[in-house]
Amino acid sequence: MTPVPPEGSVPVAASPAALAAASAHGHGLGAEGFDPESGHMILNMGPSHPSTHGVLRIVLEMDGERIVRATPDIGYLHRGMEKIAEAYGYNKFIPYTDRFDYLAPVANNVGVAMAIESVVGIEVPPRARSLRLSCAELGRLHSHLLGLGCFAMDVGALTVFLYCFRERESIYDFMEALTGARFTVSWTRVGGCARDVPPGWIEGVRRFVQGLPGRVERDVEKMLTTNRIFVDRLKGVGVIPKDVALSYGLTGPVLRASGVEWDLRKERPYLGYEEYDFDVPVGEHGDAYDRYLVRIEEMKQSCKIILQALDRIPEGPITVEDHKISLPVKRSVLTNMEQLIHQFMVVTEGPELAAGERYFGIENPKGELGFYVVTDGTGKPMRLRVRGPSFVTLSCLPHVLKGAMFADVVATLASLDFVMGECDR
Amino acid sequence: MDGVMNWLTQDRVGSALVKVLLVGNVAPMLVAFLVWLERRVAAWAQDRMGPNRVGPFGLLQSFADLIKFLLKEDVLPGHVNKAMYLVAPCLAVIPPLVVLALVPFADRFAIADVDTGILAAFAFSGIGVYAIALGGWASNSKYALIGAVRASAQLISYEICLGLAALGVFIVAGTLRLEDVVKMQADGFTIHGETLHGISKFFDWNIVKQPIGAIIFLIAAFAETNRTPFDLPEAESELAAGYHTEFSSMKFALFFLGEYVAIVAMSSLFTTLYLGGWTLFGVENAFEGTTAQTLLQILIFLAKTMCVIFTFIWVRWTVPRFRYDQLMDLGWKRLMPATLAWLAATACVVAFLK
Repeated sequence: MTPVPPEGSVPVAASPAALAAASAHGHGLGAEGFDPESGHMILNMGPSHPSTHGVLRIVLEMDGERIVRATPDIGYLHRGMEKIAEAYGYNKFIPYTDRFDYLAPVANNVGVAMAIESVVGIEVPPRARSLRLSCAELGRLHSHLLGLGCFAMDVGALTVFLYCFRERESIYDFMEALTGARFTVSWTRVGGCARDVPPGWIEGVRRFVQGLPGRVERDVEKMLTTNRIFVDRLKGVGVIPKDVALSYGLTGPVLRASGVEWDLRKERPYLGYEEYDFDVPVGEHGDAYDRYLVRIEEMKQSCKIILQALDRIPEGPITVEDHKISLPVKRSVLTNMEQLIHQFMVVTEGPELAAGERYFGIENPKGELGFYVVTDGTGKPMRLRVRGPSFVTLSCLPHVLKGAMFADVVATLASLDFVMGECDR
Repeated sequence: MDGVMNWLTQDRVGSALVKVLLVGNVAPMLVAFLVWLERRVAAWAQDRMGPNRVGPFGLLQSFADLIKFLLKEDVLPGHVNKAMYLVAPCLAVIPPLVVLALVPFADRFAIADVDTGILAAFAFSGIGVYAIALGGWASNSKYALIGAVRASAQLISYEICLGLAALGVFIVAGTLRLEDVVKMQADGFTIHGETLHGISKFFDWNIVKQPIGAIIFLIAAFAETNRTPFDLPEAESELAAGYHTEFSSMKFALFFLGEYVAIVAMSSLFTTLYLGGWTLFGVENAFEGTTAQTLLQILIFLAKTMCVIFTFIWVRWTVPRFRYDQLMDLGWKRLMPATLAWLAATACVVAFLK
């Protein structure tokens, strides 16, 4: 009597053709066992792994501890963000942008709001502009602090991670005071910001930002920058030469660490960055150590920018006066018929934007976060394409990881400082 | 009643039984305290609270953890080699405990007073590598395997430095017996014809006579116990949990226990070899000939060991981790020649002085 397989069971041994088909669809990637010809170990790293920072999966072909081939497999956090934007409309999409680079949600908010505004040429009031700039830079500090902390943790220095988190906690507090949410802040709106800063907020941020460079020097740099083990682990690891960085279209700190001076804040200034005094740190070798140094220096420059911005935040409204775009003041909605209609239309139909299309990118902590927005006169975008810097950064992984040691994979991943929410969208 | 007491204190078997019970129970207790200490010191270093809820200062946290381990489901994965999988955790605990049996906690207070003391200690601590190799191999998991292979190479490499560094002590002491090594560190060293007294007896300790050897021994001890910066076998950010990835419940707890007992064992060996063991500038001679004296000596010994253990913890929460090739480089190309050179220098000086 032949054994009958239980109902719904799948044959265990797949034919080579079936495996090839699975590989072609990106499922198998040959992640089982050992390569029969070379004897190389095929190691599946992720999607749940302590140092893939989210749900990145990498299939590594290893000769001992050396990487022969690395095949990244992305998409585990795909939520269809671009389609959601088409279905939900402009303002309702902003909370979703919190979930792109969720380490600097406020910077994403600023980016998407500015992209939408740029299509029809809305100019936000000066106060909103300064506040947006300050918050975007706070977001950069937020993201870089976590990037450094995780970097240190991935090469084994666990304590720095906690020091970085202590600093981030302050930024969370500021965000909570500003928006009511600590993490997913959803602060901007088309045509301005959702809330003005509470009393004392500016002084609090100023105190924090004044002290931060000193604390970073004391707690992070002193522990790592000249630490022999740390330097040995990072120097010459994950090298991305200038031409490779450019050919892969990398942006942000990763590109600058490779020696290319490219920062959208300088090249295509927005939010009035051209009025601020700051430097763009550039690396030399494009290795993990340079990326670490660039991020440290960028944090100090961000502090400098925030201090300048806080000193010149003007008084005034934080949203545009055109109430076909921004919500009217609640008190006037309760007393004024016209404003009531505006409120109703903005909430139900969305802001009224003329048809047009435009690409707009801002310098996010991880690189250029770009939005290509096509408006069609309704309250919803016809198309909203997102260029996530993490996606582009990760595209160079197979090139960078080739020939590295297994431990270098972790150091390289950490130094690229990507976030899967933004990569998979 | 007197007969029983006599048997317990005078008889060979009886007194051995007391020591076994004492050391065998105190060591795991010490580990429980050590785990708590590690977490509190880590928290202190990292500007946070650490476990402070269970019992006074959170001291009972380790016992709560133990209960948690005991109550967890003991999973036996289907893909493992069962015999080896079950033996490995036991092997992780037993060798370091045996090493503790050889350590003299006080004058005439070692469970096994072996003439070849240190050799036996190294022999047993060497067996510890089987736990890791078997655990990783039997798990039939690639992360565990990489961890096990790393660990085997690392332990074997650094064992050589460990042994050679300790050899310097024995050249100076002229004996392998741990008790004699301790006594020799308190027997009145003379500098310029003057015998040392009081606190200056510190210069009689081997850490003064063998500074380089002590440093190398400590580095190798870090590597032997898989502690940061040498925690590659279980490098969390790379290998999930390394060789014990596939172990759960008490089997994992045994690996955990073994690791900490190994730290206690290595620290007590360091104390014995370099820090004068149970002696403390003559204080150890108080209450001459009574049980109180033995207790005092044990206390001194534990205090010194705790200082060494604190160093272990302190280093762990400060520095990053080596990469595999850098680890091998350090072991074979730097430490090994340094140890040999130091050993040769020691031998020359000793021969010259004689």
